[in-house]
Amino acid sequence: MSEPLIFHFDVDGENFASAGQASTQVKKNLRQLGVPAATIRRVSIAMYEGEINMVIHANGGTADVIVSEDYIEIILADKGPGIPNIEQAMQEGFSTATDQIRSLGFGAGMGLPNMKRYTDTMEIDTMVGVGTTITMYVYL
Amino acid sequence: MLVKELQEHGFEALSLPDGDREIDGVYIGDLLSWVMGRAQMDNAWITIMTNVNVIAVASLADTSCVILAEGVDMPEDLIETAKQKEINVLRSDQPIYETAVQLSKLVS
Repeated sequence: MSEPLIFHFDVDGENFASAGQASTQVKKNLRQLGVPAATIRRVSIAMYEGEINMVIHANGGTADVIVSEDYIEIILADKGPGIPNIEQAMQEGFSTATDQIRSLGFGAGMGLPNMKRYTDTMEIDTMVGVGTTITMYVYL
Repeated sequence: MLVKELQEHGFEALSLPDGDREIDGVYIGDLLSWVMGRAQMDNAWITIMTNVNVIAVASLADTSCVILAEGVDMPEDLIETAKQKEINVLRSDQPIYETAVQLSKLVS
């Protein structure tokens, strides 16, 4: 693989049931590229958590996955409300999700911690009222 | 033990596209992010959640099968989705604890 491969997805903010389509597609693509199963799992989970966050909090957004020889980069961008307190949001168990979201099994306050857990680096760029961009790297 | 062998022990297969998959350990949970953070690849995952996100989590977390405890129903369209996405889903009429105890004897 010489040139990096780039996959772009629009994440639908309206449709909670279809959340995960982008990460499922990425999983398929990575499998076809021969990426090890354990790495695929890390990328898929981190990306799915990001997708779910965009659906719950930000009315959707975009997901870009760049696959190069040495790393997989995942960029999740939304124009949602932003994260006022990143330190608090990174704590396991902290969540601002509604009861309706919780009844679906989400809102455990594990989304961002899981994204950090399963990637090698994670950077959050956020501004209240403007949006959030999260960039994650998984090294190959 | 293989996922399909659970059928010989009272587990009802709702979707079994990948029955030859080996079960390695068990995880129990209904909070999906918690499951994604803690479950290991190839675990049998016991839950009572039956919405479409369960299929996505099982696929992405790469669990060997979903086991619905307490005899909960999964809607027919979700069973179809599970088959399409090659996710094994089985059901037990037993409560979660008894299901786990039974699996503990079978898997170890």
